[in-house]
Amino acid sequence: MKKILIIFVISIFSQVLTQNVFAGSDGTIKIGKKSKEQNSEVKDCFETVNRGIFAFNQGLDKIFFKPVAIGYRYLPKPIRSGTSNALSNLSNVVTIPNNILQGQFKEAGINTLRFSINTTLGIAGIFDVASYYGLNKLDKEDYGQTLGTWGVNEGCYFVLPVLGPTTVRDAVGSMVNFSGGDAWYNVTVANNTKYFENSDYYYSRLTTGVDFRAKNLEAFESLEKNSLDLYASVRSLYLQDRNRKIQNLDETTETMNDDDWEEIDTQ
Amino acid sequence: MLKIKIFSFLFLISLLINPLLAKEPSVLITEIVNEASIILSSSDPVESKIIKLNNIADTNVDIDGIGMYTLGNYRKILNEDQKIKYKKLFKSYFLKSFSSRLVDYSNPKISVISEKKLNDKYTIVNTLLEATSKNPEIEIDWRIYTKNPDRPLIRDLIVEGLSLARTQKEEFKSIIQNNDGDINYLFKSLEEFIIK
Repeated sequence: MKKILIIFVISIFSQVLTQNVFAGSDGTIKIGKKSKEQNSEVKDCFETVNRGIFAFNQGLDKIFFKPVAIGYRYLPKPIRSGTSNALSNLSNVVTIPNNILQGQFKEAGINTLRFSINTTLGIAGIFDVASYYGLNKLDKEDYGQTLGTWGVNEGCYFVLPVLGPTTVRDAVGSMVNFSGGDAWYNVTVANNTKYFENSDYYYSRLTTGVDFRAKNLEAFESLEKNSLDLYASVRSLYLQDRNRKIQNLDETTETMNDDDWEEIDTQ
Repeated sequence: MLKIKIFSFLFLISLLINPLLAKEPSVLITEIVNEASIILSSSDPVESKIIKLNNIADTNVDIDGIGMYTLGNYRKILNEDQKIKYKKLFKSYFLKSFSSRLVDYSNPKISVISEKKLNDKYTIVNTLLEATSKNPEIEIDWRIYTKNPDRPLIRDLIVEGLSLARTQKEEFKSIIQNNDGDINYLFKSLEEFIIK
């Protein structure tokens, strides 16, 4: 009951924030209007605080996540691939309900088959057997993306300690995971089962973070080295990525808006 | 009569040469990628690699265009002196950043997958950076400015759907906004990066 109340309060908070931001906008972005420019204006409502938390996260990354990710890279490739596959397989328990909520029934079917095959034949998802049968991996979906496809605006951008960048909409989406929307959380933390421990959930989350960090070591390093304002770069990349995922766009031609380029005439 | 003959000859030559000069965007990318790959896999010292990579960028990237794009609306308030200063600073910044990003790769394998013409001015070329033991496969799309088909220029790199030009634009905007809209702070940041 308490969790439902929290979600409700945050939902209201998000709507109020979103509408306040738009009320003060220059009118270029309309409420509820889905357009390619939806995320063109960054609503960083708590930038000073966010920058502080970002700096804290950077410090944490430097002393923990980065060294662990570097160590993880030394593991043999089959172990890393197996871990990555198992975590990806586990994420299907959130992706499948979101496929359905977004009306992606075909994708829901494919992901359900993939999950069934990989969990059994693929030994808890370690081996991606489903791809061998022609069921290729699809994009992950989450409740934040579902809210986005339903037309909920992103609200303010903010940075969470340890977890990193998010928006009000995505944070509300994450809350759904802890309120019954994530079967893995349900069987590990929310309910006492004799098969899993609470720690199984937290280890899986931590490993997901380390796996992601390990895959992006060079990219982050290059970003750090070449950014004049790293915070702004990360914010831009996060919002672009979310916008693309929400619109379920694969082709670059659909994600880009040419308006900004139109005035630039150098030939 | 001789003049007419010479004129006709030159006209025919120009007809023959023009199609040869017009370069398809995907051909441009293939050539650049191959050239960069040769440089990066060579045993040349890093400094020499950087010079060669910068030459490629200088010839094939619309650095001035990207510079103006990344300024966003602030480009409209620059005076001529500031514009000249900015162009110069941005070029140095861009080349340093460009070569620094690339020089870490020893032998990147990029293959051109397809191209899609958006309009007369733009074509997107889709490429794939092959997976290595360390990194997964990465989709890289190139926005090519084709207003002059004889000299197509790169204007943006879109890595896994994330536009580098747009990221840069939002970064610059943040710097200016957080310094009371004073463009000189951006110049200062660029200068600091260049001499770093």
